[in-house]
Amino acid sequence: MKLRLETAAMDALTVRLFDAIDERNMAWIMAADTALRHAFGDVLIDLVPSYTTLLIHYDCRSMAFVEATALAREALKDLQPADTQNGQLHEIPVWYDESVGPELPQVAKRAGLSVEQLIERHCGHDYSVFALGFAPGYGFMGLVDESLTTPRLKTPRRRVAAGSVGIADRQTAIYPLLSPGGWNILGRTAVPLFEYARRGEPLFRPGDKVRFTSISRAEFEAAGGDTTPLEERA
Amino acid sequence: MSQGRMIVKQAGPLALIQDAGRFGVGHLGVTQSGAADWISYNWANWLLGNPANSAALEIVMGGNLTLEAGSDVCLALTGADLDARIDGEPLAPNACFTLKAGQCLTFRQPRAGLRVYLAFPGGLQAPEVLGSRACTAREMIGGLHEDGKPLQTGDQLSWQGDAPSPRQLPDNAGLPMPQNRCQLPLVLGSQVAHFAGRSLYQAFNQPWTVDQRADRMGIRLTGQALKSKLEGVISEGIPLGAVQIPPDGQPIVLMNDRQTIGGYPRIGALTPSACARLSQCLPGTEVWLRPVSATQAQVTHRRQLAVWE
Repeated sequence: MKLRLETAAMDALTVRLFDAIDERNMAWIMAADTALRHAFGDVLIDLVPSYTTLLIHYDCRSMAFVEATALAREALKDLQPADTQNGQLHEIPVWYDESVGPELPQVAKRAGLSVEQLIERHCGHDYSVFALGFAPGYGFMGLVDESLTTPRLKTPRRRVAAGSVGIADRQTAIYPLLSPGGWNILGRTAVPLFEYARRGEPLFRPGDKVRFTSISRAEFEAAGGDTTPLEERA
Repeated sequence: MSQGRMIVKQAGPLALIQDAGRFGVGHLGVTQSGAADWISYNWANWLLGNPANSAALEIVMGGNLTLEAGSDVCLALTGADLDARIDGEPLAPNACFTLKAGQCLTFRQPRAGLRVYLAFPGGLQAPEVLGSRACTAREMIGGLHEDGKPLQTGDQLSWQGDAPSPRQLPDNAGLPMPQNRCQLPLVLGSQVAHFAGRSLYQAFNQPWTVDQRADRMGIRLTGQALKSKLEGVISEGIPLGAVQIPPDGQPIVLMNDRQTIGGYPRIGALTPSACARLSQCLPGTEVWLRPVSATQAQVTHRRQLAVWE
């Protein structure tokens, strides 16, 4: 961990802690998140943690640039990693099926696995949530097993259904709402991520862990899942 | 208090309910949204004597958007000149005016600037989502029906009471719409170290043209390409006005509806006032980036905010 404070905008600072993506970063990022929220209090407008950084947007009506920089430096000077047990573990049931996860065969083939083995491997790790972004409640998670590394689609889809679970490079994510996207889609969950996010209570936050479990079509339907094939929505 | 109503007789290409924006939710992946030209938006509310952050309409382009008053009402209009008419009669912008019951207010096409702000007595009534009434189409958040959709034909706008204290715009307020050679102050970011010296020189010493590819998420500028030594960076939080340089070297200025995190190198961020000005630039407008220190930008910003106090 090497702390750097950078100017991001007139009233925003980037706190840079790392130079590469690593699940172990999150204990430090979350500790910095807590320390900065505490130090800035009411002057904080937004604090956006991500893989290696945090963006501080402060209210420059009541705090000048020089003060904000000094406050951030002071708040982070004795930083210790947060207890990773603090993050919650969320189980996300997924219906893995080619109709709603058209890239299942390609990703499996690339990895030299059967589709069943691929599903087992995707479900076999508790992923760290690195950041929320792209859309409300969209969590960037990782890292998937190295064998499952898959580049984004050459041509992104115009429409990816809500609940779609995908892989890009060594990351995995769930689309909370219908949006364009270039991730390799493996299946679909009925968990209404967007509904949580729009109430301001996202199911998971940076620093949390997510475990995928494989469910049948019947279980997916019973949970209120939409079985419309992905490509019919294109 | 009496309930005021207005019906959307004909929807234009884009009219959105906006306030100052949605704050404190960036970590949820929810964008800031809010009035793009926040200066004109603030003047509109100020003209009626509304509390700051009252919901108003942001009308882009016009396109024959037609609103019919259900009762007499005092409104305020600021921002662009979209050739606004009351029952066909030209209406002067940057003032309060009365729309009588049954009269139609129409916005035709841009003659100067791009966005009009129309303020209503006490602010428009709309459901609050995550602390704001701002409407964000991409996120399906906010708006009259809480689905992020712009105004549709048949929608009904409502507000309560009369204009608290209608005012006139002070002489020196100045709400000029941007012309060619418009200056956009930019606070340099630390990633400038990743740009070649020549590219940095070019960034500030050539005219940039506002591209057609411009919306509330981002506005593309075209000119001689800038070269970063980085292809991409690990996605990180992006502030309003961030000027990111994708591999093609043509800057994209990230606006109110930007994604909360992104992975292109940035040369810095426009000041909020520069973002407001840029949001009024029609495609083809020539703009110049001008470096300014964060401290100096804050002084200017506080001076701007003080005029409404």
